[in-house]
Formats: sequence, C-alpha cells, structure tokens
Amino acid sequence: MQFRTRAIHVGNEPCPQTGAVVPPLHLATTFVQPGAGEWGEFDYSRSGNPTRKAFETTLASLEGGVGALAFSTGMAATHCVIASLKSGDHVVAGSDIYGGSYRLLHKIANRAGINVTLVDTNDLAKVEAAITPATKLVWIESPGNPRMSITDIDACAKLAHRHGALLGIDSTFATPVLTRPLELGADIVMHSATKYIGGHSDAMGGALVVRDAALLKELYFVQNATGAVMGPLESYLCSRGLKTLELRVREQCRTAQALAEWLASHPRVARVLYPGLSGHPGHELAHRQMGGQFGAMMSFEIRGDLAAGKRFAESTKLFSLAVSLGAVESLIEQPASMSHASYDATDRAKHGIADGLIRLSVGLEAFEDLRDDLESAFAAV
Amino acid sequence: MSQVQMSRPKTAADEPTVSPALPTADQQFATVAVHAGEARQKPGDSITDPIFCASTYTFENTQSIIDFIEQDQQREEYGRYGNPGERVVERKLAALEGGEDAVLYSSGMAALVGLLMAKLSAGDEVIFFDECYHRSREFCTKHLGRFGVTTRQVKTCDYAAMEAAITPKTRMLISESPTNPHLSVIDLERFAEIGRKRGVDTLIDATLATPYNLRPIAAGIDFVLHSATKYLGGHNDLLAGTVIGSKEKMEPVRNLRGIMGAVNGPQNCYLLGRGLKTFELRMQRHNENGMMVAEFLAGHPRIERVYYPGLPSHPYYEIARKTMRGFGGLVTFLVKDADWRATADVIDAVKIPRIAPSLGGVESLIEQPLVMSYYQQTPEARKQFGIYDNMIRMSCGIESADDLIADLGQALDATA
Ligand SMILES: Cc1ncc(COP(=O)(O)O)c(C=O)c1O
Ligand SMILES: Cc1ncc(COP(=O)(O)O)c(C=O)c1O
Repeated sequence: MQFRTRAIHVGNEPCPQTGAVVPPLHLATTFVQPGAGEWGEFDYSRSGNPTRKAFETTLASLEGGVGALAFSTGMAATHCVIASLKSGDHVVAGSDIYGGSYRLLHKIANRAGINVTLVDTNDLAKVEAAITPATKLVWIESPGNPRMSITDIDACAKLAHRHGALLGIDSTFATPVLTRPLELGADIVMHSATKYIGGHSDAMGGALVVRDAALLKELYFVQNATGAVMGPLESYLCSRGLKTLELRVREQCRTAQALAEWLASHPRVARVLYPGLSGHPGHELAHRQMGGQFGAMMSFEIRGDLAAGKRFAESTKLFSLAVSLGAVESLIEQPASMSHASYDATDRAKHGIADGLIRLSVGLEAFEDLRDDLESAFAAV
Repeated sequence: MSQVQMSRPKTAADEPTVSPALPTADQQFATVAVHAGEARQKPGDSITDPIFCASTYTFENTQSIIDFIEQDQQREEYGRYGNPGERVVERKLAALEGGEDAVLYSSGMAALVGLLMAKLSAGDEVIFFDECYHRSREFCTKHLGRFGVTTRQVKTCDYAAMEAAITPKTRMLISESPTNPHLSVIDLERFAEIGRKRGVDTLIDATLATPYNLRPIAAGIDFVLHSATKYLGGHNDLLAGTVIGSKEKMEPVRNLRGIMGAVNGPQNCYLLGRGLKTFELRMQRHNENGMMVAEFLAGHPRIERVYYPGLPSHPYYEIARKTMRGFGGLVTFLVKDADWRATADVIDAVKIPRIAPSLGGVESLIEQPLVMSYYQQTPEARKQFGIYDNMIRMSCGIESADDLIADLGQALDATA
C-alpha cells in the first residue's frame, strides 16, 4: 500500500466489537484483566492505551520503523532519548537545532553528567572531529531551525555507526512525507507531533520511531518509567491529522516554494533561507533527501533594523504572530526574540540567528492571499 | 502574559472582529476554509477556537438580563439557542457556500426536518425529484402527511412535470444534486427559475457535491442543505447537518431549531470546523480519485454501466461539466451479468474500502444499495427507484487512487 493509503488504514482497523469505521477513543486509565497475574494487551494507560497504540502503529508504518512511542510533547520525546543515556556519555548535536532541544542538552542533560558538543552538522569533518570514545548519540535536525540547514542523514548515520554511536534525528520539519530517515540509516526519528503530524494547532505531542526492536524496548522502558505519554484525546487528534498529512504537507510545500521565490526577488528582502531555492547551501542535498519538495518553513531577513523586523512581524493579517509551526494556519515570528530566545545571545550570533530574521510557517491558505498579506506588511514597515 | 479574562468572552455578537462571513471574492477558497468565520483574536488569545462546553451563560445582574431582552443584544444565553464554537462553524459554512446564514444541526436529517417544519403548515404541498436519499423520501412521504402536508414526487430532471405539479398550495421544490445514488445532475438555474416564477422556495441537498464543486445559491436556489456528516466533516467521525440561505429566510428556521433542539454538541462542532480546514485539499483528492476510479470501471469488461457525472457517457455530463468544479468521490456502477449475490461477492472481495453506509470521509466505503438501503422494499419499488440488484455504490476516500483501482481490479478478477 502507498503512503497515503497507509496513513488512513494502518492502525485504524474498524472496531471488532461494533464495526465502527473509526476506532473508539479510549479515555480509560485502567483496563480490566482476565485474571490475577494474567495480563491483557492493555493494563494501565501509562503503559499502553489502544488509542495511543493506534497512532503509534500508523506513524511507525509511515516512517518505516518497527514501532513508535507517543509522548505528551516533542520535548518529552527528546528527553526520553536523553534519559536512556547515562552519566559520562557524550552527545554530539547540531548547532541549528530547536532552542528547546539546545536548552535540554545544555541545562538539563548536563546535570546528569551527560556532556554535549554542538557542531555544524553540514560539515561532516567537524562532526567526526567532535566524536569521542564516550559519544553514544549523534543528534541532528534536518531541515534545521531556523536557518533551514540540511544535514546529510545517510552520511551522519554511517559516521555515527562507525564510532559505535546511534544517530537520532529531529525530523519535525521534514515529516515522513518528505524524508524517512530510518530508511537512510538513522536509528531514532523524533517528531514534535504538535506540528505537522497533528497539523491543526490543537494538540501537543511528540513521538519517537525506531528501526530496531531492542532499542524500542529500551526506550519504552524509559517512557513507561518516566511517564510523559501522549493522552488519548491528543492521540485521536494526531491520528486524524495523519490522514491528511500528505495532502497538507505537499500543498504547504508548494505554497512555500512559491512564496520563497517571490520573497527572493523582493527588493525589501536581503536574503531568504529556504532549501528549495537553488542558492541555498543545502539545496542539492535537500533535493535528494526530501524527494523534490523542501518543507513549508522558511526564514528571511528584511532590509532594516530590529525594530523594522518587529513591525513587519506584527503587521500581517493572515499570518498570526505566534511560535510553533506546521499547522493549517500560517504563522510568523522573530526567532531572536521568540523561538530561539533560549539560546545565549553569543550562541545566537555564532549560529547566524540575526535579529532581523523572520520565520514563516506556511499554512494551507492560498498562495495569492499569503503573498498579498506579506506585501501589505512590507508597506506597513 | 495576558490576564485571565473575567469579563464575558467574545461571542458571535462581536461581529467586527470576525472575518467577513459572506464575501469570498477577496479571498481564495482555501483561505476561506482556514480562516472564515473566525475572530482573528480569539478568547484567551488561542490560535484555535476554544470549545465551550457550557450549557448556559451567566448574566452579571438582573439589569443585564433586562437589557439583553429589551435591546435585543447579541450574546449567548443558553446552549440550545447557540454556542460560540457553533457560530464559528456556521459562519465558515456560510462563507464557503456564499450564503448569508447557515444553521447547524445534529445531523443532515435533522437539518431537513428542521427546515421543513419551519417552512410548512397543514394544507401545504411540497414537490420533490424522486431520486434521493431514501430517508429524505421516507420523511416526506410518510411523516409530512401526518402534519397535513401533501408531497408529490416527480421523475428526476423532468422540469415540465415539476412545474405542472405546482398548485397554489405548493411551498417548496426539493431535489438533490447530484442525486444519491444515481448522480443525476440538476440544471439549477432552471430549477430556481421555476420556483421564482411560481413564487415557491427551492431547496437543493448538495451533500454529494459540496460547496467546493457546486454553488446552488449563486444559481438562484433559496436553500442549500448538506449532511455535514459526509464531506464537510470528512473523517467519518461526526454527524452534522446544515441549511444555508438568506438571513431573512433563515430566521424562522434558526428560531425553530432553538425550540426543537436538534443542535450539535460543542465537541462535534469543533471537529467539523477542524475538518473544514482541509476541505479544499480533501475535495480535490476525492474528485481526482472519483474520476480515476470511474474511468477505470468504465473501461473494465465486467462493468455494465458507470454512473459518474464526470464521464461523457453520463446522461447529465454536459450540465455537470458546465456547473460543477469537480464531480466528487461517489461512483455508482453495475456489474455485468451479475445477480445480487454475484454483486455482493465483488463487495466482499475488496480489501481497502470498508463495507458501510455513508460517504464522503477520508476512508473509502462501499455498499450495495439493494442490501444496505432497499433490502426491505419490494422488487417493484426498487425498480421504480432505479435500484438494481447488480448496483454498487463506492465512496472514494483520499487514499492513493492506484491502491483503490488495484483493489477493485483484484476483486473483479477474483469473482469473475
Ligand atoms: C524542530 C522542533 N523540535 C522539537 C520541538 C519541541 O516540540 P514540543 O513543543 O512539542 O515539545 C519543536 C517545537 O517547537 C520544534 O520546532
Ligand atoms: C444526500 C443525503 N442527504 C441527507 C443525508 C442525511 O444526513 P445524515 O445522515 O447526516 O442525517 C444523507 C445521508 O445519508 C445523504 O446522503
């Protein structure tokens, strides 16, 4: 079955008792057992829930993994991976990662004696140089956030494996529609399901998908022991989101490409960071790795100072000024003051997050309407 | 950080903050689907509308109740009369349809009953084209009579017969377009013209077309009805119905709903609004899949006939082509030289579409009208309604068309 068909049917078998074409939403916290000491498939909802399981099954199929684990947020999913490490372990992470992941690695993981080195993962030599005998995990994000840097998953997987480390990737921006990292050698795919997977800005969630059954078991142990599981209602909404994932992402990519091209030729724009533009340093690689579409996230610098950037972000009528991304409604934000405020100012500068940078999450509205909205914001600045 | 709002939340009454419910001319359909009907700044500054589960709404003091009544203030009062989330969806539906007012009901049937009960009195007559959802027919023929309303059925698309059946007591002309399950397409302008000329309201159940494919109000129709259970909700996980028309004509309809009470629940309204955000994308895919499946079946040696308005062989192809943007996901077909059992075998052999009534959701569904809806009818009645033993109705979802075609192909081969 093709991707689109699996998104609708795998994990969503009709209810065997009633025939309901959409499986019921199980809010139950506990499940009646066949006997004392005999366990049914589900016992307690932290350990497993049918609605969560349905979502995990669909997502695992879409990513080509042996299984998936759903969490209450994307950060909880990433934390589960970190919590599977131990004191003295070392992590090599990309420098263009989500601010919250940066914070988790630098302000939480360090407390457990886990050491972190940030490197530009576009430069494989630097990645290799950062690896030590204690390195257990290489953590990348592609496309990266907010510069839309593209990392070579296949090469990073080979490199990590050569040194006995796992490759984990935050694939939130790419979604399984555009990239299936497990097929490229990654060991763990992480998603903030809050974004494209839920897709409607109405459910917080995170997920891990893995290739190896033993690793799944280990991560499941951590998840069950620490407890940040996805709730049933969110699982239901995420499953519902997966059914239109491919349609949404492909359409959002088409609109984003058109907007990026329009912005690139706009006299008020200094530069556009979008992997779908041939001038983007990751363009060739993205073309290979993302199957010809480039995501619906982009950043650009407008000509003008910090205040101009702020005014621009506040002047749109269709794009809403808000953090987060990936949903049907378009959003706009200023990374330096919003999504990446948790980076130190020096790290921000080092990683190219200029004060005048504007980030767009392109939604499902029509290209013409979004373009006109941006044009009116330019006029307001 | 904003303070928690202690004053009353914004409601439908706060019209100026709401995207215009009517004009779609200045925004494209996809943008309307995402934003229309919503306040830009929502309660609690949420990006999505909150779900108001409250059954009732508080007044600050006695004077505020008196002001509410005497000044005819627009605000919420009690859940049966309206809910903020429901109003958002109603405005979105009205905007998508290009109508002034949409009233939402707990199901498509509740919408039909609600409209007819609001518009008809004892002694009135309604006329409808005979191809239609069997429960709509049942309500008209079996139940309206109990309230002293006379119903007449005329052959679908026989406009002369419809006009001839009009008497001074006729209050409503009703048709589906496309019809269920034959997918006959009505000439809406002609239909509307008959109503206008004779001073009779017209109603089109456009459930199978949706506002993406068909715009009855632009063609002069007074009321458009949808079972929003189908494409509008789109995920086979909610029941809803709506009637859309001018503010003036809808006012008594809205008032009666508040009395009869077939309102939708707040969670359901939310899911419906959520489904509408991807409405254009889903419809484009349903249209594509419907067309490809219809073409595949039309070229298959085991198929006797395909009913699909997008095929040139369809009797209403010309009018469909002129008036519809696409032809939807519903495809009806006859299996060649098959009795009812051999036809059922084809249905039992498919693997992807589920065997179930209903249509318009992301997952494909398949059924045999004879068994699903007309099993208890006499062979004569079935013949009268054009329901053949070898008829299959398939609702194409948004799966890959290749998978659906391969599946139908294997089912037809396996049962040959
Ligand atoms: C790329 C990326 N990864 C991870 C996260 C964290 O996910 P969540 O907010 O669901 O915890 C985000 C969220 O903003 C993100 O954009
Ligand atoms: C054309 C048509 N109209 C109305 C209805 C009734 O809608 P509901 O099932 O939402 O009551 C249906 C549903 O089966 C239908 O197919």
